[in-house]
Amino acid sequence: MAAVKRPPLPVILVANDLLEGDVVYAVAGGWTRDPRQALVAGDEAAAQALEAFGATELRQCKVVDPYLVDVQVGEGGLPVPRHYREVLRMHGPSVRRDLGKQADFDY
Amino acid sequence: MLLLDRQGEKVDSFAHLQDGEKIAGKTPIVPLAALEAELAVQGGAPLGVLVENNVRTAELEPYFGTLALIAIRFPSAADGRGFSLARQLREHGFTGLLRASGPLFSDQFPQALACGFDEVEIPDASAARQPVEHWLAARNRITLAYQHEHGLGESILDLRRARTLEKNLNGAKNV
Amino acid sequence: MYRYDEFDERLVRERVAQFASQVERRLSGALTEEEFRPLRLKNGLYLQLHAYMLRIAVPYGTLHARQLRQLAHIADVYDRGYGHFTTRQNLQFNWPKLKDVPAILGLLADVEMHCIQTSGNCIRNVTADHFSGVAHDEFEDPRPIAELLRQWSSLHPEFEWLGRKFKIAVTGATQDRAVLKSHDVGVRIVRDPATQQVGYQILIGGGLGRTPMVGKVLREFLPREKLLSYLEAVLRVYNLEGRRDNKYKARIKILVHEIGIDAIRAKVEEEFAAIDSPRNDVDPQEFARIAAFFAPPAYESLPDVSRKLEQAQAADAELARFVEHNLFRHKQRGYTALTISLKPIGQAPGDATSHQMRVIADLAEKYSFDEARVTHMQNIVLPHVRLDDVPEIFAVLRAEGLGTPNVGLVTDILACPGLDYCALATARSIPVAQALAEHFADPAKQKEIGDFSIKISGCINACGHHHIGNIGILGLEKKGAESYQITIGGDPGENYALGELLGPGLPAELVPEAIDRVVAVYLSQREPGESFIEAYRRLGLAPFKAAFKEIADAVA
Ligand code: HEM
Ligand code: SF4
Repeated sequence: MAAVKRPPLPVILVANDLLEGDVVYAVAGGWTRDPRQALVAGDEAAAQALEAFGATELRQCKVVDPYLVDVQVGEGGLPVPRHYREVLRMHGPSVRRDLGKQADFDY
Repeated sequence: MLLLDRQGEKVDSFAHLQDGEKIAGKTPIVPLAALEAELAVQGGAPLGVLVENNVRTAELEPYFGTLALIAIRFPSAADGRGFSLARQLREHGFTGLLRASGPLFSDQFPQALACGFDEVEIPDASAARQPVEHWLAARNRITLAYQHEHGLGESILDLRRARTLEKNLNGAKNV
Repeated sequence: MYRYDEFDERLVRERVAQFASQVERRLSGALTEEEFRPLRLKNGLYLQLHAYMLRIAVPYGTLHARQLRQLAHIADVYDRGYGHFTTRQNLQFNWPKLKDVPAILGLLADVEMHCIQTSGNCIRNVTADHFSGVAHDEFEDPRPIAELLRQWSSLHPEFEWLGRKFKIAVTGATQDRAVLKSHDVGVRIVRDPATQQVGYQILIGGGLGRTPMVGKVLREFLPREKLLSYLEAVLRVYNLEGRRDNKYKARIKILVHEIGIDAIRAKVEEEFAAIDSPRNDVDPQEFARIAAFFAPPAYESLPDVSRKLEQAQAADAELARFVEHNLFRHKQRGYTALTISLKPIGQAPGDATSHQMRVIADLAEKYSFDEARVTHMQNIVLPHVRLDDVPEIFAVLRAEGLGTPNVGLVTDILACPGLDYCALATARSIPVAQALAEHFADPAKQKEIGDFSIKISGCINACGHHHIGNIGILGLEKKGAESYQITIGGDPGENYALGELLGPGLPAELVPEAIDRVVAVYLSQREPGESFIEAYRRLGLAPFKAAFKEIADAVA
């Protein structure tokens, strides 16, 4: 799904893995489940490239519902979304710290 | 366009008007708005009509005897009004061919047939992803139906009645 | 309890294979995401915030022990060891993988369960009074018609592609515990005063969501045998005439609202007249076959009161509290319907671990004729318990953290998954429920407040029924942060009412205190024996609003 209006830079690309459902983030030429590895696009061209990658991967039945998320680059280059929904998505249920990415990657 | 009925791919003996013109050798399918005018000139030759899915059954009922085919347009696969319209046409006595025309996909084929359609006409883009075999396979995945008259398969109610009957007969024999 | 025959079983198995083929064709690209999405939804599979979510139908909330154990097994093998019981009497798993779903469906089919039509724009899981068949105020058990409707609506070829979802609820009791008036269609079993014949009153056009509407009477009396043909007419009129231009206006409630109840009645009656024929009547033999499954179990004849229970209560204050709040009067002398609260203080409402499911399964098997019920309040009922057995059952429940004596009280909070799981959410609901439960945890305080319902939704879709909570809480986004709008005066039952707004939205931290203020108004102004909702009706909005304003002003 191409975003009609692109969020402000910098951005990362998030989607769900079609077969597993897990939240995945785009890296160079592929995907990672670890948000700390997410490729951060700092300029317009890089954002467009991410978006195009999402569209291709959607067509090729790899992922579902790819879209760009605007982030701030925090400590150690860790991308932190500006919106609380995406922060929560990056962590997992706030009521179950033992589940989701916060548990998988121990942060 | 791919045309299919329950046997598989089918040669279309009908044709929609192209730029308002009929195709030679084919029975024309005219839009509803042009039906009256066409009937006035066509002199009893077979004729089909293409209708939107919000047409009233009462509007078509006067033509049931004259129409060889009614094609109901499906603007999208998710818009299921055509299924109810088809059933209504059948219940009100239309016995000609009923065609579903639009981007349906194969899993909807048995539903269309159960609602009274004889055939579906799908755009090439859909047909490219879903060849005829997919449509035929879809027909046989569900072989039973809770709905009595018009389910996807054999009526479960009839099967249950038959089972009860058999039990009663066996019971009677054993006495 | 209904049991599948060979035909039910074959249909469900075929449906599993059909879904497996749909998944395969999605992966091969034969089906686009746009085509596959409604197919997976019609099989209860959503894509949520973190993962897929699978919604399993528990038709009219009835489960037996083997089914509960299988759910526990699925939770352990394919999910994360727990499940979430919902207001629609379903069970949701939050972490399944698409590739595993066909296998899960197979396991469900092994115990006569499925996910058919638990989502999507079709007729959804039929819900019913959770005390069906056992309630003292019941006129007739609604489960036979619920099962009849389940079968009729399953894979109905004409109604798989409606404009929007369609929810049906049934009851046969004088007290409406099935929230009929918030359903697209509500069916109430009634007796015709003129002829004494049993039939149905049909309600239509209720709903919550962004435009809550109260269901209206479509037919005062429908003869028994006409139920399916009449509903067929309702659904056909809806399918043909409901709006398709805007999904937020596509529910039947909007059609009823826009053209009026008289116009919709005229259309339905016209369609019904065309469909109605003896051929389309409910088959009396088939109905009798289904109804036979719901015959009362082999109750013992027991005295009205249990000395054993009375003695145990006298010695154990916690048991006494449990008896006071978690038991419901049974039709049968010496028996009770026992509610297991899935709202332990500080837990996520409606969540149960696989271990707890097994515990409940064991109890159902040992003490309740193998049966358990899911309630729309996200609790579990053991419907046929001997009063004598209550102390033993309570001992097990208490040991397993399932003995919370709070049914119908302020901490029996209903909450949707909210932003912790749901992709549509605008705010979290579970942490708000947890904070409130902790705030009101003191049993003496809960008892003092008495009957009180808090219902929380994480967005305007209202899955947490916030419109009909005595206190309703709606989580929204305000200036980039979670904010909670609070309503008062909602009622899901006989005096059905939608709540009214108390004031501006609050941040989560202030919600407990705001509700405390509202409760204080009630406690100081109530008359003897008056419940919160009764006091609210007498006092009106003003005093509560004034108390709320003190908190709201502090934020502003
Ligand atoms: C987690 C994923 C869920 C999604 C995506 C979802 C989606 C929705 C949507 C879009 C509506 C509004 C329908 C409309 O107004 O037309 C709705 C209503 C509703 N949902 Fe959910 N829901 C979810 C979970 C739940 C859960 C967990 C429950 C039960 C606790 C539930 C029960 C209901 C009820 C009772 C309504 C309101 C009644 C109605 O108007 O239909 N839903 N849901
Ligand atoms: S009310 Fe909103 S947040 Fe809650 S489950 Fe429904 S859609 Fe999700």
